[in-house]
Amino acid sequence: MQAPLTHFISAAAIQRERLMPASGRIVARRGQQVNPNDVVAEAMLRPEHLVLDIARGLGLSANDADHYIQRRAGDEVGEGDVIAGPVGLGRRVIRTPRSGTVVIAGGGQVLLELEGEFTELLAGYPGTVADIVGDRGVLIESTGSLLQGVWGNGRINYGLLNLLAHAPEDELTTGMMDVSLRGSVVMGAYCGDERVLQAGEELPIRGMILASMDSALCSIARGLSYPIVLLEGFGKLAMNPDAFNILVSGSRREAALIAEPWDRIRNTRPEVVISLPEGVRPEIPAESKPFASGQTVRVISPPYKSMVGTLTNLQAGLSVLPSGLRAETAGVRLANGDIVQIPLANLEVIK
Amino acid sequence: MPTSLIDADSVLAIEIGTVNTRVILFDVVEGRYRFLGQGSVPTTIGAPSNDVSVGVKAALDQLHDITGRVLFNAEGQLVIPSQPSGVGVDACVATVSVGPPLKVVALGLLEDVSAESARNLASTTYARVVETMSLNDRRDTVQRLDCILQAHPDLIVVAGGMEGGATKSVLNLLEAVGLACYLMPKDLRPEVLYAGNSALVKDVQESIGSLVNLHTAPNVRPSYESEQLTPSQPALAQVYRLVRSRQIRGILEVDSWTGNHLLPAATAFGRTIRYISKEYAKSRKGVLGIDVGASATTVASAFAGDLRLSIHPGLGLGENLPEILDMCSLSDVTRWVMVDVPDSYVRDYIYHKALYPSSLPISPEELAIEQAIACQAMHLAVKQASKAYPANVPGTRSNLLPWFEPIIASGSVLTKAPNRSQALLMVVNGLQPTGVTTVALDRNNLAASLGATASVTPLLTIQSLDATNFVNLGTIISPVGTAPLGTPILRVRMTNDSGAESEQEVRHGALAVFKLPAGQAGTLHLTPLHKFDVGMGGFGRGGTVKVIGGALGVIIDARGRPLRLQAEPSRRRDSLNKWLAAVSAGQA
Repeated sequence: MQAPLTHFISAAAIQRERLMPASGRIVARRGQQVNPNDVVAEAMLRPEHLVLDIARGLGLSANDADHYIQRRAGDEVGEGDVIAGPVGLGRRVIRTPRSGTVVIAGGGQVLLELEGEFTELLAGYPGTVADIVGDRGVLIESTGSLLQGVWGNGRINYGLLNLLAHAPEDELTTGMMDVSLRGSVVMGAYCGDERVLQAGEELPIRGMILASMDSALCSIARGLSYPIVLLEGFGKLAMNPDAFNILVSGSRREAALIAEPWDRIRNTRPEVVISLPEGVRPEIPAESKPFASGQTVRVISPPYKSMVGTLTNLQAGLSVLPSGLRAETAGVRLANGDIVQIPLANLEVIK
Repeated sequence: MPTSLIDADSVLAIEIGTVNTRVILFDVVEGRYRFLGQGSVPTTIGAPSNDVSVGVKAALDQLHDITGRVLFNAEGQLVIPSQPSGVGVDACVATVSVGPPLKVVALGLLEDVSAESARNLASTTYARVVETMSLNDRRDTVQRLDCILQAHPDLIVVAGGMEGGATKSVLNLLEAVGLACYLMPKDLRPEVLYAGNSALVKDVQESIGSLVNLHTAPNVRPSYESEQLTPSQPALAQVYRLVRSRQIRGILEVDSWTGNHLLPAATAFGRTIRYISKEYAKSRKGVLGIDVGASATTVASAFAGDLRLSIHPGLGLGENLPEILDMCSLSDVTRWVMVDVPDSYVRDYIYHKALYPSSLPISPEELAIEQAIACQAMHLAVKQASKAYPANVPGTRSNLLPWFEPIIASGSVLTKAPNRSQALLMVVNGLQPTGVTTVALDRNNLAASLGATASVTPLLTIQSLDATNFVNLGTIISPVGTAPLGTPILRVRMTNDSGAESEQEVRHGALAVFKLPAGQAGTLHLTPLHKFDVGMGGFGRGGTVKVIGGALGVIIDARGRPLRLQAEPSRRRDSLNKWLAAVSAGQA
């Protein structure tokens, strides 16, 4: 069985597709250097249309009115432009009430797609546009320390990384959220207080990296303007040492937070990319492999949730868990030296 | 059984679930279909494979290791039908539940008539209605067009126009659908299922057939009073298959093995329940099937062949799990937890489980939380499903489940529960049956696969609906009525085959158990007191009922309907644990 894999890599070379849910316009070009907040593509995800009844406006039959329509499908029109006419002695014309594009013209009617707000797709990652993906998005190549999260609030931003946790289990409190953090990305271990999140909004900060959060804060977190990435999950969980050490060494460097929801089908998950110092050679992240002895694994569920250890052996057949369930298990040596039996379904390799 | 009656000797059933992919091999042994073995691996929809067929093939490799059966030829293709050498299988069926719910726009003429029927039809597959449009909403064609474009649906269900009724308004509604599809890139156009006035099919075909991927189905609302969803379900299943084939890599290959008959797992599950209900038609009671899965909780209720299927993606135990808290309060979930954990811990568990749907409860505490969630999911799903039951169903009462016989329980949280008593109590607490019923556990989670095999080889389905696959957990007798707690409400005398008798007077609020070994017959003489109803002809009416012993005997659930739990947490937990112990005591 292939083991689920989560990356915590101090220097990684990564490629990420950034795609819109619908077709649109690509505004980035191949080879362009981008920052996380740069717009790389845009699409009209909430189009608005308008039907102009030309026949009625000109007082003609639908067939006759068609002869007077001056614009064809695909034509762009500005507000007040003549779209049909003139007709008769009065030189009657029909003007467009708003700017837009003619979609269909005929049958005495014109369907306009009105100019509206484009939804912008941000690069998310700092790097280079390596390729254009049809009319849906781009492929970005990036280097940096890579930390993959488990939950994100859907936002994207970047800024200098400020460490507020001095130990993997430190709780983030309102007292830590002072004005010196304005415009930066903050890292804490656990957040259980909505006032901390709100303080971040008021300063404002540009992002928050947490090990874990009280699940009661989910809806508040989704409403914030800055990104939040959780590296461990929900409940009071300490940050795994690999992630903590990478963040410590990335202090005061630029961190990009792509707080996308984890979607296994679309292959997206929340990530943090921290810029690298000069001269560091990045590695290409390893692919997933089957579980094997010696791998560093993280336990993803209670009672050892978010603990990291070394896989010592794979048990043959099914083992009985303390809950009474039967499952394929592996022995895991935790940091304190204890060896515990964990179902394979509750393990992921971290690398 | 002469083998000449067998249409296809060996049958391979594939189930691609949200968490696991299973392959099951059936073959004829001594003239009878047998379950020969199964392979199971985690579903490979995500990285690194991003292709569900990878998981299917891995599960088939496992099956090969277990049974020795060679299924693939040298080119790596599944061999169908089997060769004289024994390589391959004669038929293959597959069910799918993996993937996000389909996004559906429902259109009908009237909001609470045909538009509601369109919504109800969508709820019989893995779908989420993201927008409803009808003449009542007073939107014009362009506003509807914008609405469809913004919704990015996978499917548009159009209902409306009773048989012999409206035509022009239906075609007007369809204008927006045609326009929207015209404006979308071809590869992003939704499927359109027309299930309205049948007289209009040709007109609909002419007006939008060239613009959309049009499917037609029988009218879901043939008259104002009647809604008929069942005849449209095969067409809906076809649409589901097409959408999933586009969305999920590997589905197409598996579908080709089935001769393009891949089914939504819930549809197949419903078929099995419908078949059982025909067998039980004489009892005048319905048959209830509940399947608690990761993608959804499915409720299949069938009344003498009339199936009411409802699928609840928001009540699955997978990625959508936090949605349960949109449908009920956290305390509605925590009330079922048998161990002392803070409510916030349960909420964190729900959210964390959604991140890792395949994770298993390691400790007894986590298991108790998971079982509590399952219990509440069943409770909410059945409550929702019962709104669509026919009015004349026996035992119908406001806010209570009507009489069912039997209740079929499926889904790993139930079938893999460490103790049968846990499974039974989850079902009884969640569904709160009334009257006299039997609870059967779909031990190997075969119900959906058997629904799929029914179209290929009905005999396999019939022969597999036996006690080896569907374990009788016990007979549940649930009197309904009102009396102070502690009042005797039912006198029960049980006579077993050997003539031995036992008698109990059961008090309101209690849960009593009569031991009756599995497979052994017994006769229950029920005498309700205080005008309680045990489903034997009315309030206060008693009688005799023959029962067959199940794994946990005969359970008299006199705790009241609806079941009211104590408000004080420690007392409530004590009761839950006491009830579990009582049910466990019936184990032969």
